[in-house]
Amino acid sequence: MSQTATILLVLRHSPYSSQIAREALDAALTAAAFEVPISLLFINDGVYQLLAKQQPDQLQAKNLSKTLSALAMYDIERLYTASHCLELRGLSNDQLIVDVETLDDSGVSALFHQHQHILSF
Amino acid sequence: MKLAVVVNGSPTASQAANTALRYVEAALELGHQVPRVFFYGESVHTANMLTTPPQDESNLTLRWQALSQQHEIELIVCIAAAVRRGVMDDREAGRYEHPAGNLADGFELSGLGQLVDATLNADRVITFGGQQ
Repeated sequence: MSQTATILLVLRHSPYSSQIAREALDAALTAAAFEVPISLLFINDGVYQLLAKQQPDQLQAKNLSKTLSALAMYDIERLYTASHCLELRGLSNDQLIVDVETLDDSGVSALFHQHQHILSF
Repeated sequence: MKLAVVVNGSPTASQAANTALRYVEAALELGHQVPRVFFYGESVHTANMLTTPPQDESNLTLRWQALSQQHEIELIVCIAAAVRRGVMDDREAGRYEHPAGNLADGFELSGLGQLVDATLNADRVITFGGQQ
């Protein structure tokens, strides 16, 4: 491979309606263990994964946002979301548990082009 | 082109495993390589050998097995996702003190590293299905 392999993980679903959000983060951590540069893009209902003050214990579920807070320890520091996905749900950046870069549509498009591989969850 | 195929969707609640199978058949026909299919999330139920659809319905498990044999495709099932959903080989079943395993022949339990490895060694990664 001529260029460094990079993976973009796209997280599209809410945190507790199924296992997919947790399993996507597991895939992210595994890729990080392979020392592959990895970026995460939270879109659609995936933006709900980013919310601070989650109380999943009321659903007898494990708190996914704790894993998000720990991503930096795994050198996963490039987190993105799309402004229209936040706006559509009445959310703003200051409600989120981690620092994410908010992109407009052309920014999202550019992000897809910047990565060699895309894994969609 | 070398393709990595990742299936996330349930074989019964989504069209993902069926579409993925038809996609792989078409890709092979066009001369592309598909060395490995990775089953993750709800798609691990595809590897349950006890799945018994009525005889006049398509049996996805058997179709994947046949395709894998014919074209030497690895069918890798994520071990963590599978065990969580009650799909396991005899060894894992023994480890958890269950009476028997139910992993269909031709499928193999392995770790998420196989997903990353398949991704890095492919020209394209194609993902099927999501939440369901």
